[in-house]
Amino acid sequence: MNNNILVIILASGVFYGTPIFFAALGELFTERSGVLNLGVEGMMLMGGVSAVWASQHIPGSSWFVVLCSILIGAFAGSLVAALHAFLCITLRTNQTVAGLSITIFAGGLGLSSYFANVWDVASETVKHPIRILNPGGLSDAPIVGPIIFHQTILTYLSWVLCVLSLIYLFRTRTGLKLRAVGESPQTADAMGINVVKYRYIHTILGGALAGIGGTYYSLTIVPQWVDGVTKGAGWIAIALVIFGFWRPDLTLLGAYLFGALQSLGLILKSRNIEINGSILDAMPFVMTVVVLVLVSGGWAHKRLQAPASLGVPYEREER
Amino acid sequence: MQSPLRLERRLTQPKWLNWGVPLLSLLGALILGAVVLMATGKNPISVYMRILERGFASTDAFSRTLISATPYAFTGLAASVAFRMGLINIGGEGQLYLGTIGAAFAGIAFADQPTPIIITAMIICGMLFGGFWAAIVGVLKAKFSTNEIITSLMLNYIAAILLDYLIFNSTSYWRDPKSFGFPTGKRLVEAAYWYDMSFGPIKVPFGFLVAMIAAGIVWFLYNRTRFGYEVSVIASSPSAARYAGIRTRWKIITVMSLSGALAGLGGASDVGDFRHVLDAKGVQIAGYGYTGIVVAALARLNPISAIFVAVFLGGLSNAGYALQGPDFPSGLVGTLQGLILFTAVAGEILTRYRIKRQTHVAEGVPS
Repeated sequence: MNNNILVIILASGVFYGTPIFFAALGELFTERSGVLNLGVEGMMLMGGVSAVWASQHIPGSSWFVVLCSILIGAFAGSLVAALHAFLCITLRTNQTVAGLSITIFAGGLGLSSYFANVWDVASETVKHPIRILNPGGLSDAPIVGPIIFHQTILTYLSWVLCVLSLIYLFRTRTGLKLRAVGESPQTADAMGINVVKYRYIHTILGGALAGIGGTYYSLTIVPQWVDGVTKGAGWIAIALVIFGFWRPDLTLLGAYLFGALQSLGLILKSRNIEINGSILDAMPFVMTVVVLVLVSGGWAHKRLQAPASLGVPYEREER
Repeated sequence: MQSPLRLERRLTQPKWLNWGVPLLSLLGALILGAVVLMATGKNPISVYMRILERGFASTDAFSRTLISATPYAFTGLAASVAFRMGLINIGGEGQLYLGTIGAAFAGIAFADQPTPIIITAMIICGMLFGGFWAAIVGVLKAKFSTNEIITSLMLNYIAAILLDYLIFNSTSYWRDPKSFGFPTGKRLVEAAYWYDMSFGPIKVPFGFLVAMIAAGIVWFLYNRTRFGYEVSVIASSPSAARYAGIRTRWKIITVMSLSGALAGLGGASDVGDFRHVLDAKGVQIAGYGYTGIVVAALARLNPISAIFVAVFLGGLSNAGYALQGPDFPSGLVGTLQGLILFTAVAGEILTRYRIKRQTHVAEGVPS
């Protein structure tokens, strides 16, 4: 039963969707505060390469090393995000161009590749990958086994985060203030909310989550460092936030859909189903475009919940 | 929390900013680069000196720098053309790939024609393919107001997959059926090679001359024609443009196609000047399209400056290839380019704001 193709597709959707969800959730927080971050890809890669370094160099038990690697990946992502926050919030530069420059600076041809070379981390597979768990030995259970119990710790963490972020955004005062900052910073400021602080914190938080997403690539999926290992996942994450109407739960579903699309090629190949691999490789990217067209035009347009001040720098003097 | 410095909006833009900001950006990037180098245990002065030596210091080095500069000039022009209308086309990379596909097609199809005809066909096909790829983004933007940043980027990945498909994953028109083991593209006949021009000891690729002509045409189009004027109106105020009766949607499609055609021309030059084959892997590793964004930003979207900036960044890459090794890891050039873009973006603040020292606490509102 667990060999059923549908079960395998769902299980890999969760497996490959998890890192995209981390990055998308981070981007969601950042955008909710009114900052557009196009540097996600760069932040993921910096997180990924730092985590590989940590995994190779930190001594100790496997669990301890994995924990440190994840934290260091998150930290590296948040450092890059802090740079973005400084450019966008303090210097009030064009957020699109700033994010783009982050991805070019930190991306597959830039700093992440440079660090990989200087630290010499690309030569071997990582010593302490984030392993797939088998909680309670349930991974052989019918249907739910592979989908729910054949995952890594990060997948479980992502579910916790999804629930927490729903509560945070829609059930707490701080979450309400965050949304106010994204909708109308002028009003929020007048209410006594520190717009700059909110934006900094959520941009940096977004970078940390992107860093964890990158860590998942370099410590679980591959698990080895390859330049540009995320292969555009950061950009798909940005599109996913739109696809998920800026809601964590819908974003999670979207991430699993894209995760499933990404793995479809491998699954069909293993079943000897003859489809040209290139067509399947292109699917996630084609789907992203299709999804964007669907949510940009027509019925969905009215329902879009984009934060009203997304991408607009806040200037107090201009009140 | 009050910071000691304050930003004050500029009402006028002094002339010195036009050259002052890029120079300050460069200086800032070199300083930040030095920090990265020192943090990773390298001597920044000696790294910079070697870049200068290998990139610019001899006629030989300079000729090679022009080779690296040619694709950057095209992708830089492509980015500038779109950015000038506020269209963030970051699909230069994919549009350039399509240009290589188109030019290689023309080079193979017209193999028995005389050289001028082959070159013309390669240029036209490269521009058409690249323009078509960008037009997809333009149409989606004009019809459904789809975010062009993400669609153009997605099309980069799709174009890369298309390249791989044509060479590695199918028996396409472009693939050499006689290539065993590692599949390659069909090699073009020598008549399809673009000329090298010699100016004294310096060799200038034909593509570089085409880029200079293209820059001149773009400059004229944007500064001296009604078309360019309308584009600048749309850029500064889309609603004013609508009231003035400018057909914004058509402009979006036209400008995107023009941008893509320029990137595609870069792809044609890549095939005609240098590789003489559809090299699916080689062109992807180079990352020409992304560097084009750096070129455009540093040139402040001026097409003539873009040529000079392209030469500068070309020198950087050329030195990077020449020096690559344990001492000079790959990724360093990309990092430096990223830092330049970074400081160029941050430097724009000087054009819009004046930095003032805070003299007294202006407002009593706690923040």
